[in-house]
Amino acid sequence: MSQKRPGVLLIGLGVLAFLAVIVGAWRLAVTIDDTMAFRAPTRSAPAVAETESGAADQGWTPREQALADEAAAQAEADRTKPYVEAEYRAVPRIGSRVAIWVVAQLHLLFAAFVLAVPMFAVVVEAIGLKTGDKRYDDLAYEFTKLLSVSFSLTATLGAGLTFMLIALYPKFTNYLMSVFSPTFLPYVLLFFAEAAFLYTYYYGWGKFGPKLHLFLGIMLNVVGTGIMFIANAWLTFMSTPSGVSENGALISTWDAVSNYTWMPINIHRIIANLAFGGSIAAAYAAYKFLSAKTQAERAHYDWMGYIGNFVAMCGLLPLPFAGYWLAKEIYAFSQTMGLTMMGGAFSWLFIIQAVLIGNLFLFANWYLWLAMGRIEGAARFKGYIWPLLVIVIACFAVWATPRSIIASTEEIQAMGGSSHPILGFLGVMSAKNTAVNIIILATFVSFLLYRRSNIIKTTARGAGIVKILQGLLILASAAIVIGYGIRGYFVDAATRIGFSVPQVSSVLFCMLFVTMLDAYLTRGAQATKTQWGRIRPISQYVLILLAVTFTWMMGLMGYLRSGLRLHWHVYGVIRDTSPDAFTPTLGYATKVVSSTVLIFFLMIGFVFWLAGLSGKKVGAEEEEQADAVANSTLGFGPAGAPATASASNTATASAASPPPGNRP
Amino acid sequence: MNTWVILGAIVALVLMRLRKPSMLTWAAAWWVAMFAIVRYGFTVPVPISVVKLYMGLITAGLVAYVLTDEERIEQVCQPVLAFMTQKRFQLPLLATMLAIPALFAWSIYAGMTRDPQAPAFARTVHPAPPDEITVHDNTVSIGTADNPYRALEETDPEAFGARLANGREVYYANCFYCHGDIMAGEGMYAHALNPIPTSFQDPGTIAMLREAFLFWRIAKGAPGLPEEGGPWASAMPAWESFLTEEEMWNVVLFLYEFTGHRPRAVEEHH
Repeated sequence: MSQKRPGVLLIGLGVLAFLAVIVGAWRLAVTIDDTMAFRAPTRSAPAVAETESGAADQGWTPREQALADEAAAQAEADRTKPYVEAEYRAVPRIGSRVAIWVVAQLHLLFAAFVLAVPMFAVVVEAIGLKTGDKRYDDLAYEFTKLLSVSFSLTATLGAGLTFMLIALYPKFTNYLMSVFSPTFLPYVLLFFAEAAFLYTYYYGWGKFGPKLHLFLGIMLNVVGTGIMFIANAWLTFMSTPSGVSENGALISTWDAVSNYTWMPINIHRIIANLAFGGSIAAAYAAYKFLSAKTQAERAHYDWMGYIGNFVAMCGLLPLPFAGYWLAKEIYAFSQTMGLTMMGGAFSWLFIIQAVLIGNLFLFANWYLWLAMGRIEGAARFKGYIWPLLVIVIACFAVWATPRSIIASTEEIQAMGGSSHPILGFLGVMSAKNTAVNIIILATFVSFLLYRRSNIIKTTARGAGIVKILQGLLILASAAIVIGYGIRGYFVDAATRIGFSVPQVSSVLFCMLFVTMLDAYLTRGAQATKTQWGRIRPISQYVLILLAVTFTWMMGLMGYLRSGLRLHWHVYGVIRDTSPDAFTPTLGYATKVVSSTVLIFFLMIGFVFWLAGLSGKKVGAEEEEQADAVANSTLGFGPAGAPATASASNTATASAASPPPGNRP
Repeated sequence: MNTWVILGAIVALVLMRLRKPSMLTWAAAWWVAMFAIVRYGFTVPVPISVVKLYMGLITAGLVAYVLTDEERIEQVCQPVLAFMTQKRFQLPLLATMLAIPALFAWSIYAGMTRDPQAPAFARTVHPAPPDEITVHDNTVSIGTADNPYRALEETDPEAFGARLANGREVYYANCFYCHGDIMAGEGMYAHALNPIPTSFQDPGTIAMLREAFLFWRIAKGAPGLPEEGGPWASAMPAWESFLTEEEMWNVVLFLYEFTGHRPRAVEEHH
């Protein structure tokens, strides 16, 4: 009791002190006019009407008169204030540009995810429908679970972006609306249709006939793509305007829509969305894998992560080619813009992009090599990993070598210029094209080895010859790519750019035919089962790294596409006269992009968490059952390693097929 | 290339392969060999920024390779753990613990005591041109203009030859002092400039550009460089003050003729 007394005393003193401060402050406030020398005696300022009758009649002090005059002047100013349309409004501290930048980027990232997931969910569902394997249907459902909350966030961010554009850039937004107003109604209708298809697709799972459900999914994709095409018209018009006069007057809405970069961006975004969406879905699976409590869960999420990554790689491989087309159209629209991008102020962004793309390929290959660990027969391919790694790193190095090197004065003098006499040859398009094609081939070979890992014996006729043919196709493709790469140094620019077509074609042709031959080889082959869930946890971190790298790159390239306009809202037509009409430094831009990526992952983490909750109530029983199975027969520890050899064998049989996911 | 350094590194790796060393030794040897090649394998030293980039990639590759296989991880971790925990390594461990901060201290000391240097910078080789320029009261669209005399190459080779001859005269009367007699950026004044002029022999320079771009650079020089991508370090005069428009187009023809490069064509919109 005695210990409590000082505490009570202190609280009492605190309350008293607080009251004393309040009373003191109040007294000071009411007596301030009396106590301060420069203030006149207390009397409230007269109303406006009183001032008109004259100060002398009222017997006002000079201060009262001044206050009355001020009030009258203010009232008159308010009454006659003219309407002036604001051009810009500012956001405190960060500025309007950064505010719009962050919200637009977040909106685009979520939109990309929402557009991508239905693409592969429908394909996975279709596979399930064709094969009758329920696991595919469950997987498609698990992917779709991520959509509901993401769609709401996309819409919310989109609405936020629209309001911010209207509030912060009213004049420019008004101009865009005047050009694109005919596209707004279709956009809104498509948006409603997307919401309808999405929710019927998600909530109608298992409640409609399978074909009708698949149709809903296909329509969701069609409508989503339509929305993206319309939105792409707005943003590409800003960079490469057409259909308007020199002064910005609208001549043709269709020409404004189908500007130079509209279709390249459409194609580029469809492919990039697929890669990005696949990687985010794989990151979700990785998160679930790492937090899984049972072997059954691990097996399921290992499979899901693999499929997500497979989708991401399918998108990543053709992405550079779509990028080349986009860059070519930018050059065709304006050499100035092309040079700003590749040789001028933004050229250093491509070195960062090269490092990120190189990382994507390195991580993709690394994941496949790690994934071989879940296949018993994969040990025989271990020897291929080192040469493949050397090829990937060498191509990565070529891809990332800058043409104009950051160097000290001494280094520049020693080189005789800003490019190195030998490494400078790696900094031009011939070398870059060659490197990216070879790295794609190497990744394809890694995938081929992974596919082959569980084949013990082939039953196909002429298997030996087919394998030799596959090897020759890969070597021939590599030779064509390298041959054209070397030849590119000795021809003019237009011919050199044209060389990318046979280079790309040979790689695509090779991948197509080798895959077809591989399908022939593996058909009916004797194979070991894939032990899903028996993959090292580090592989899941690789999946998360892939998703982060994809997001980072999207943010960076989004900035590049938008920043290329320099001090123009609409390039060459509507000039940016706001205080932000300058190109930020590379360091500043990357900080904004990185902050956006961080915010995105916090938000997508929330989506993952909610998606996890949606299956919890019903899934609890299944979880308990799975736990019981795991503890009694599988004996797998938390790290996923088998406790005993015999337990491992049992696990192999059980985990070889992925289990169905939980459903609400 | 420094052949001996490269050969030495390759021989060392081959010999090591024959001795079948532990994974840790193998990875360390590869790292050192690659560093030796990148840092000392080139006659003209590779700038530190590129060395760091390459070594970062090589390190990432080696880490990925080791982490791909449980056995390799074991082979790398075991000697490190033994070094840190076994009694017989106490003295070397102590030495290592002292060496690491000492190395940092030395690095800071070396950094603080070396002669002051101008900061490294990234040079933008191809500045973005304006959409159009005015030269001698004539407006030239940089994005779309072609050399008005290029067509003579096909239609009137003799007249084209005369233009080339004029371009040659203009070049050797005005340009070669800095750009050099073979256009390799090694003129007699070049090394008084920082950075030195770009070599036109390099396929990464004028071969990447349209003729109108070169016309802009010649006519407007350093004073006409755009604000974006600045500050610029260029001593190029604005030649429009000394040459006629015709002479500048002629010298552009000569630059391509002499180097054997072809100017970039206008991309078509698909």
